[in-house]
Formats: sequence, C-alpha cells, structure tokens
Amino acid sequence: MSKKYDAIIIGGGHNGLINAAYLAKAGKDVLVLEKRHVLGGAAVSEEVFPGYTFSVCSYVVSLFRPHIIRELNLAKHGYDIIPMDASFQPLPDGDMGLCRWGDASRTRREIARFSKKDSEVYGEFSKVMTHMAKMAKEIIDHPAPDVASINPKELSSLLRMGKVFKNMGPELLQMNTKLLTMSSADFLDLWFESEVLKGPMSVSGIIGTFLGVRSPGTAYVLLHHYMGELDGAFRSWGFSKGGTGGVSIACANAAKSFGAEIRTNVNVSHVKIKNGKATGVVLANGDEIDSKIVISNLDPNRTYLKMIGENNLESNITKEIKRFKLRGSSGKVNFALNGVPNFCKKRDGLEFMKGDIAIVPNVDYVERAYDQAKYGEFSERPYINIVVPSLTDPTLAPPGKHVMSCFVQYAPFNIKEGAENWPKLADKFGDAVQETIKEYVPDFDSLVEHRQVVTPWDLQETFGLTEGNIFQGELTLEQLLFQRPISGYAKYKTPIRGLWMSGSGTHPGGGIMGSGGELSAKSILKDKAI
Amino acid sequence: MPIQTPFHQRTSEHNKNLDWKDWGGYFASNSYNVVNDFEYYAFRHSAGLIDVTPLFKYKVTGKDATLFLSRLIVKDISKLKLNQATYCCWCDDRGMVIDDGTVMYFAENEYFVTAADPSYSWFSRFIKKLDVKIEDVTDTICALALQGPTSRDILKNVCDADIDSLKFFWTTSAKGDGFEFKISRTGYTGDLGYELWVKNADAIKLFDALWHAGQNYNIRMSGIAALDIARIEAGLVMNGVDYHSSLHALIPEQMSTPYELGLGWAVNLDRDPFMGQKALKAEKKNGSKWATVGIDIDWPDLEELYKKHGLPPHTDAGAWRTSIPVYHPQNKTKQIGYATSGTWSPLLKKNIALVTIQKEYAKPGTEVNFEVTVEHHREKVRAIVGKPQFFNPKRKRSIVKKENNE
Ligand SMILES: Cc1cc2nc3c(=O)[nH]c(=O)nc-3n(C[C@H](O)[C@H](O)[C@H](O)COP(=O)(O)OP(=O)(O)OC[C@H]3O[C@@H](n4cnc5c(N)ncnc54)[C@H](O)[C@@H]3O)c2cc1C
Repeated sequence: MSKKYDAIIIGGGHNGLINAAYLAKAGKDVLVLEKRHVLGGAAVSEEVFPGYTFSVCSYVVSLFRPHIIRELNLAKHGYDIIPMDASFQPLPDGDMGLCRWGDASRTRREIARFSKKDSEVYGEFSKVMTHMAKMAKEIIDHPAPDVASINPKELSSLLRMGKVFKNMGPELLQMNTKLLTMSSADFLDLWFESEVLKGPMSVSGIIGTFLGVRSPGTAYVLLHHYMGELDGAFRSWGFSKGGTGGVSIACANAAKSFGAEIRTNVNVSHVKIKNGKATGVVLANGDEIDSKIVISNLDPNRTYLKMIGENNLESNITKEIKRFKLRGSSGKVNFALNGVPNFCKKRDGLEFMKGDIAIVPNVDYVERAYDQAKYGEFSERPYINIVVPSLTDPTLAPPGKHVMSCFVQYAPFNIKEGAENWPKLADKFGDAVQETIKEYVPDFDSLVEHRQVVTPWDLQETFGLTEGNIFQGELTLEQLLFQRPISGYAKYKTPIRGLWMSGSGTHPGGGIMGSGGELSAKSILKDKAI
Repeated sequence: MPIQTPFHQRTSEHNKNLDWKDWGGYFASNSYNVVNDFEYYAFRHSAGLIDVTPLFKYKVTGKDATLFLSRLIVKDISKLKLNQATYCCWCDDRGMVIDDGTVMYFAENEYFVTAADPSYSWFSRFIKKLDVKIEDVTDTICALALQGPTSRDILKNVCDADIDSLKFFWTTSAKGDGFEFKISRTGYTGDLGYELWVKNADAIKLFDALWHAGQNYNIRMSGIAALDIARIEAGLVMNGVDYHSSLHALIPEQMSTPYELGLGWAVNLDRDPFMGQKALKAEKKNGSKWATVGIDIDWPDLEELYKKHGLPPHTDAGAWRTSIPVYHPQNKTKQIGYATSGTWSPLLKKNIALVTIQKEYAKPGTEVNFEVTVEHHREKVRAIVGKPQFFNPKRKRSIVKKENNE
C-alpha cells in the first residue's frame, strides 16, 4: 500500500504553498499537487519567449502579509519585493500627464496642475484611508466570524470585529459606512474635483469585478490599495524579483525546507469521499493518493462542483455555490519589446515609468469601457494598467530589451459570441490593446518583438480560474467575510469533513496576500484536524 | 570645510536632494533623492554606486611589509596569497580595537590598506628599523563601490579583467577604455559587490564607463544612508558608531576587544608576536565580558503598543545610530546592554539592531527587553537575540562557472 499523507493540497498557487509551509512547519506530512508544469497559479513567472520572463497573470505585489514573511522566513527563501516609486497616468495630445510619487511634495505639485484644491486634499485623503485600512487589517488577518453561530468563540470574534468599528469614532465610522455602500467614483467625489485625478484612483474599486466605477459598493475595494502602506512597508506596491512567480517560488522553497513534498504536472480529478469524509484524491490518470485531510486551493466553484461533485452535496448548497459570482472581466496582454516604450517624451529620464502606468484619462473613460462590457463586448478603449518591470529588474529581459505587462479591463468572460469563442477573438483583443497604447506611444508597433494575449478563457482553461475571475470569485461586498464563499462555510471548511479550502475564493479574498493559505493552515492546526 | 572628491562633478549632478555630509573631510552624499529607499534596494536588486573615496588609504611597501603588517594586525597577514584581500582589525597592546579595514596584497612587498580613521601616525610609529614605507594615498587614489546583484555584469562591460572568476575577497588589475584600475571583490553591503580603486586623474573616466554600462542593469547612485541599512542587515560593525577606537575612547568602558565585537574569527592568536596578542590570549582563555549580537525586535509587540494609541505601527525610514538600552529578560529595569545602531529591514520586514550585550545573555534565542518610544511614551518590547548577520545571500560569494554548453 502506498503512503498516506497527513494532508494533500490540491493546487500549487501561492496560497496552497503557504498552507503547505505552515502545516509542514508544524511537523505534518504534506503533499502539494499542481496541475501545471510550473508552480504559482496566478502568481507565476514564465519565460514565454526566449530571454523574456513574464509575470503572466498577476504583476504587482502589495497586500502580501508581512507577518507571513517573518514567520516562514521567506526573505531567506528568495522573497524579494522592489517597491515602485511612481504611478503615472499619460494623457492624450502630448500632455505631461499626471505622475504621483513617493515624494509627497512632488505629488502635490503634479496634482496642482489639474486642481490646486485636490493637490492639498490628497494628503488628507491618504491619512483617512490609512486609518480605515488599519481597521480592515484587523479583519483580514483573522478568520471571518460566523454570524449564524452561537458558539461563544464565534461571538467573541464577532465582538472583536465590532470593537474595531466602535474604536473608530463617529467620523471614521461614518466614513466607513460610506465606503461600504458607495461607488468608488461617488466616494472620490466627496474629496476631489479633478476628473483626471479621479480616473486612476477610481479604478482601484473595480479590479476583478464585473462592475463599473459608478456601481455601488465599489468604494470598499479602494481600501485594499492602502493596506500595503501598513506594516512599515512604506511603499504600497512593488515588483517581485524575477516576476510574481518569485513569491510562489519563495513559498515553495520555504515549504520544502520544512519537509513538504511538491509535485507538478499532476492533475487532480476529484476528492475521494467516504461516508461524507475526504480520504484522499483521485488523479486524472486514475491513480489514488490517500491522506487524512485534503485542502483545495481551487476556486469555490471547482472545489464544490468538480472536486466534491454535486452528488455529494445537498441541493441548497449546490444552488448557493452556483450563485457565487465569478464573472471574469479582465485579461492580460504581455509584450516583449526591443526598446523602452516612452509614454511621455516631455518628461526627463524614465523614473516616471518605473511604477505603474494607468491608461485611464478620466472617470468617464472607464465607465464607457464598462458600457461595452455590459453588452458582451470587450472594451475597444479599455482601462489598462501597464508595468515595465524590466526597467527595475533587469533579469527579466536581455540587456536593452524589455518586458511590458498590460492588465486589461474590460474583457468579459461571457462575450456575446460565447466564451468558447474567445480564442478566435484573442488577436482582435490584443490589437485593441495595442491600438490604445499607440495613442500614447506612437512608435509602439516597431518596438514589439512578441505578444502574448491572455483572455479570460485562457485564465479558465490554463490557470483553472473558473470564468476567468482573477480573484477566484468577485470581491464584492456580498461575497466577502462570512459570506466567502458561502455562509456557514467561510472558515475554510466545506460540507465534507476533512476537506478544507485555502485559495483566494475564501476569506479574505484575492490578491497575492497569502492570507487564505495562512489562516486556513492555522485553522486546521487549531482544529487538530491532523 | 570638507573638500570634494574627484567624482564630485558627477555625484553632484545626481544629488537631487543636496544632502551632503562630512565623511573623513570630504563631501559625501548622504542620500541622492528625497525618497531614498531605492538607493538601498539597488544593493539588493540591481547595483548601487557609492563614492567611497573618503576611506583612508595607505600603500605599504618594502621588504618587511608582510612582517610589519602581521605584527600590527590581529589577523596573520603573512597568510595572504598574492591578490588576496582580507577584512581585519588592529589593536593596541591591551587588545583594544583601534580600527578595522581591509588589507589587499597587490604585489610582492606591496600592500594596500584601508581604514576608517586616519592611521598613518599609528602605523608609522612601529616601522622602527624595518624596511617599510607607508604612503598615505587617501588624496591621490579615489574609490567607488559598486554593490548589488547586477554589479558583476556591469563591471564585465567596462574592463578586460576576468570578473567571472574573481572570488570573494580577491583582487585584480583591470584595464578600461583608456584607464587602469584595481578591483577588489569587497564591500560594506553583505551582497555581491566590488570596490574599484583608481587614480584621481581617471576618476571621471571610470565613473562614466560604469554609469554608461549600468544603464541596462538599473544602476543607481546610493548614499551613505542607504549603505547604513545594508551594512546593518549584513551585521557589519562600524567604527565610531558600534564601537570606539581605543585611541579616542575617554574611559575604558568605551573600548572593545575584537572578541567583544564579534570579530574573533579575524584574530590569529598562535603565531609570532603581534600587537595585543598577550591580552587577547588571556581574554580567549578567561572569556569576554561583552558580546555583539543582532536582535530581532518583536513586531507584534510593537504593533500592540501602537494600537493602544489608535495608531498603525510606525517605523523610521532609514537606519538609526542612537544608543538604546536593552534590559534583562525578566527584570525589565535591569540594563544588560545597549543597541548601537539599527534599522527597519525592508527585506526581512523586521526591526533589527546591533547590540552590545553582557556575554551571558548573548546566546541565540535569548529573549530580552528593548526600549522603544511610542507616541512619546517609553515602553518595552521583546527582542530575540541572534547572530549580527541578518542577511547573507549566496550570491555574495558565488562564482560564475565557465560555460560548458549548459
Ligand atoms: C490576470 C491576473 C492579474 C492579477 N493581478 C494581480 C496583481 O497585480 N496583484 C495581486 O495581488 N493580485 C493579482 N491577481 C490576483 C492574484 O494573482 C490571485 O488572487 C492569487 O494569485 C491567487 O492565489 P491562490 O493561491 O489563491 O490561487 P491560484 O493561484 O488560482 O492557485 C490555484 C492553483 O491550482 C491549480 N489547479 C487548478 N486545478 C487543478 C487540478 N485539478 N489539479 C491540480 N491543480 C490544479 C492551478 O493551476 C493553480 O496553480 C491577478 C490575477 C490574475 C488572473
């Protein structure tokens, strides 16, 4: 008989690997099974064209929890983030654009070109948001309380959350209510007047959702952008050395150093279930591996409907999980370039391009992009978040050459031609992105050596993200906290005993943060599940 | 008033922050930019270029040069091979450290010595009848440190030397386009890096060549402030900050021995007589009173203190150099040591500090109490004692293997 593991983790995304590291650190015998040939899931680096390494999906890191870095000694295992100093927004017609810098005075002068008032309010706004983010952090760094439970432990954890709000004081509490209910555009209107400034700020609220900047509830997601400023991180966003896959590799190295076993190219078909309890996994090739518990790092849809299967679920649960909104709305286009794409020749040097470059000249621009998406089309002039990480991390491209990553929204999974027709539309989608960029970099075509288009369909088929949702499920209010993925099962457990979850489809949600993996592992250990 | 180094023309173009400080009588850039953590990150991610001309530099020549240096320095210099370099310190005859620096064996009977303090007078008084000549080349040879993972690639593009096989703490001569210089694989960042020694007349040529080649490797100018963060992460002590030269100490308590500074590995005791040998032998036998350790200041504790005031945790940007008391594990009013410098480590996401501590508390894993000031209140948080070296990447010592098709 083959060996029986303490735990099998399905999916080698960064959360799965972190889960493995924590369990192995606690002395458990852990096996991670990843379908692809590379580890990392949506946090992956691949040399797609010889000499050019792309962060194929996620491209910047900000939310990663610093205590995980400390607890798993990730710096020693290669975790290495290079902060970004600038956030640039090019404008059409040869304008200087707007660049926001780590240097507050410099930013103030930049914003003053558009609104003197806004330039001064900007600092105040950051202060309040940092305060709010501090509260949110309390929520993020602990499992979500179960509101339906009368278990005293749950109540105390609810109380802790209540206390967070109570401690806010009336002014912040009011702000918090606004954050939870308003649209990101409306929320920003409370502070700012410049449509130019509000453009890039408002989009933070819609990333990974099928919502527009004027849709209610999107304000909350703005908070995420201030979270990274805590914990002495100074700068909220950064590049992972060697691409975002670097984070996953560091997590994998940590897991291995604690004794975890990791296998790639292993496709799990489903979870073995006996008498309502998970007893191992069945691979696509028919092999079986046994374990005391199983942890799924896949999205809730796959975990429930494929790994468990409808046969093993009560119908109301099936219904709820089918209602869990995925609705992917974004894609990626990655370029290999033979030179630097200069987004503003009027500016000296290239420092302004070493952070992110946001194609969103104003608020209306994004709303118009959304209009097309509502009717099943990809935006012809989409919001694009661009980074040229090779300007900062020369290891990503041959000397003098560059890689450029474009995160594009909207690219609805459910395109009117039918999602399965995305492969036929991929080139047209890539062209739309390239045409949009050319409005700012006229000679862009001549720089392009290679282009990789990642459609929402690819995100589903290659990366296992159902409906191409980048966060394994929309980060909308009704899908957060004790409702992520469904109420009653928000604490990394599932209706199947011994089957746990750990991906970004669980609390606290998407992004390269590591929380799902960490909190899930800690819950498992606390529960003495193994 | 400080004077300008031969690189000043270039460094001043880059110094957007006008932040100069006096280092050994020269203008040295403390930071080049208002937001200067990128100057630190360059050391860890690409390459940071620092003007280190102000280091005191000496050429020691003569038939007795080897003997002379071996007598003065607590490390056995006679063991150095041609082109090898070593980190070292030298003591008075009480075994108290005077200074630390590097010795490089450039040619037969020719050594190159760097020091933090002016050392000509101290060295000279021991020449006596030996065939030794000491030349102070501080003002005629200038220096750049190029530190960080891409420094090797940059250097390969500016000279003819075999950089790939140059090992950690070895040196080589090199020819650039129209100038010659010396390269030592040394530095103060604990990372892959080199120090480049060039005649004043060729300073700008070397600088321009590096800057030009560096464009494809994200080279940045780095200031002293950035260097300070890196050297604390690397656990490297600094004269005048973490210890005092016994020549300048006013009271015995201000002096330290190599063992107390964690430099015991750089002492070669059993050999012909050298300055401080007797005292150091006695200390080795009887044990030291103090030790230098690194501490990891507990983040959750600190976070909790800030939370009490309704604040998010705060860390200073950059390193600090003030003395801060360290207290007994249980008895929180009993002082057992003091931190001499520390920093928030952007890489490790930890608050770290170099600490002089009573020997009995120096064991790795010991939990001590550290004083912090949170919102004007003095408080104590836990800190864990460990080795001073917090960060030590493999690339620091790595060698590029000659290609064999792989
Ligand atoms: C295009 C895109 C851009 C993004 N940009 C950012 C960004 O810039 N910053 C940021 O913080 N976040 C970003 N995100 C979100 C972030 O990448 C994810 O939230 C995060 O990486 C998810 O990690 P995870 O471990 O929870 O899950 P995943 O990374 O989804 O891991 C799931 C793993 O399971 C594997 N798998 C699936 N099915 C099977 C099976 N049957 N058997 C075995 N293995 C299987 C998958 O291959 C995958 O490796 C982006 C995501 C995408 C898609």
